[in-house]
Amino acid sequence: METLLNDFSPGLFAVSTILLLALIALMVKFAWKPILNSLEERESGIEDALAAAENARKEMQNLQSDNERLIKEARAERDEMMKDARNITDNMIAAAKEDAKEVTATLIEKAQASINQEKQAALAEIKKTVAELSIGIAETVIKKELSNKKDQLALVEGILKDVTLN
Amino acid sequence: MRIAYKTVKFLTIVAITLFTAVSFASESDKKHDVQNDGGRVNTKSEVEAYILHHIKDSHDFSLFSYTSDSGERKHVGFPLPVILWSSEGLVTFMSSAFHHNDDGHVIVEKNGLKFAKIHSKIYELDTDAATVSFDETHHATNAHKTLDFSITKSAFGLIVIGLLMLLWFSKLARQYKTKKVPTGFGRVLEPLVLYVRDEIARPNIGEKHYRRFTGYLLTVFFFIWILNLAGLTPLGFNVTGQLAVTGCLAIFTLVIYTVSGTKGYWMHMIWMPGVPMLIRPVLAIIELAGALIIKPFSLLVRLFANISAGHIVVMSLIAIMFTLKESLGVVGATGLSLVLSFFITLIEVLVAFLQAYIFTMLSALFIGMAVDDHAEAH
Amino acid sequence: MYNLIGAGLIVIGAGIGLGQIGGKAMEGIARQPEATGKIQTAMIIIAALLEGLAFGALFLGK
Repeated sequence: METLLNDFSPGLFAVSTILLLALIALMVKFAWKPILNSLEERESGIEDALAAAENARKEMQNLQSDNERLIKEARAERDEMMKDARNITDNMIAAAKEDAKEVTATLIEKAQASINQEKQAALAEIKKTVAELSIGIAETVIKKELSNKKDQLALVEGILKDVTLN
Repeated sequence: MRIAYKTVKFLTIVAITLFTAVSFASESDKKHDVQNDGGRVNTKSEVEAYILHHIKDSHDFSLFSYTSDSGERKHVGFPLPVILWSSEGLVTFMSSAFHHNDDGHVIVEKNGLKFAKIHSKIYELDTDAATVSFDETHHATNAHKTLDFSITKSAFGLIVIGLLMLLWFSKLARQYKTKKVPTGFGRVLEPLVLYVRDEIARPNIGEKHYRRFTGYLLTVFFFIWILNLAGLTPLGFNVTGQLAVTGCLAIFTLVIYTVSGTKGYWMHMIWMPGVPMLIRPVLAIIELAGALIIKPFSLLVRLFANISAGHIVVMSLIAIMFTLKESLGVVGATGLSLVLSFFITLIEVLVAFLQAYIFTMLSALFIGMAVDDHAEAH
Repeated sequence: MYNLIGAGLIVIGAGIGLGQIGGKAMEGIARQPEATGKIQTAMIIIAALLEGLAFGALFLGK
């Protein structure tokens, strides 16, 4: 203990106190403050960047799921539309078919009607022609038959016979 | 930037060259030794004296000394200023005035006062005395110690290392202004700064308060570490092995944790809650003694003792070269000394870091205890 | 002379203490390797306190 105290130099103690205080003050001012501040800045910068990356990743994920949802929706919509379109075409085709059927039916009806009319007309014509022809024939026949008396009387008698039969 | 760096490098090299070769005025004096062999350090007692002399502070910076052919002791080094607060006020002169004498035989007269240097301490002679007279225990009888504010070897080392630290770390700080990641030597320093902050300051003081004390802890850590390492170089610094310096550091820590102690800290120290009334004053005495005396004392003694012991061991192992020369032969003694001192020096490099770490760590721990919120504890 | 005996006793005591600290820390690390850092820190602190005690005693005796 005695040698220890003998070794202790109060002068050096004072000198080193002053020097160390100056050193600590200077180091804090010129070195540690800027260094620690920059380090903290850098660390917070890194943290921020990491957080930003994480956020971006999440956003990406959200976007992706959004995209997927959109695609699904679009697909569903498309399917719906296709279905609708198919329905519409089917309906249209059916309607057209129906229409066509109707149209043909009426057309046929009309044709039949006109055919009937024509037929009637033709029949009437034929009847008329036949009648005229028969009258002509009858005229000629009668003219020829009635050229002799006898034939005339035979005819009248034949006709009279028929009439009585009726 | 690059040119500036080159310039600094160049100037450092020039300075080292000048230090080692040119500017050292080689001084010589006749050593008053018993063997009269020109001051060679050969015997066991001489080795012991040499080591003890090295452990102590000295007033001049001497790198090595040798004995010339004419038997003169030559010292290579440079003198440092001596600043004394004597009975007549401030006295300054260069330490070369003592001519490397350390046993009080050279008397320096300045301002009408006489000074002598005995075992690295400067004594002021009584007015009527012409030479120092000693009693049988080798204590000076007609001289007394003066207050010695000299720039001694330790103070010089402190200044040099302090400037070096300022240079390095302010350069690192400047680097951050232009880039995010430092380059060059800064890349070595940055992880160390981060280590002290994240492994010592933050866990021991706590997330809330560590910022205030990190500057002090960083300064102390690098100061002790670099000086410990400088002590292992042949420059022969022993700054962290000076009680005055370690005491100074310990008192800084004491002041910091005493001043920044919270109310809860003092409450727990002086009037411990949850303990029987009668025991409280006893506990208060123990706690106060622990906080104000034992903690700083253990801090200062640990650093001082570890570094001094390291120096003594390394130098003793080097001295095997001389002390075991007779029994082992020149080659054997030199080889043994080389191997042993090599390994011990490696261990000392580790100890240099460990002591800096422990001092900083314990400082942080004590500060952390003082600023901790005691509300939830106990 | 007595100083030296005292110093020897101190060193023996400190050696036993340091051995205990180191040994128990090793055991702890072996048992829980993930707590290595914490154990080492605590070990160094306690070793430093013990060392301070031992040095204090040595220098008081010197």
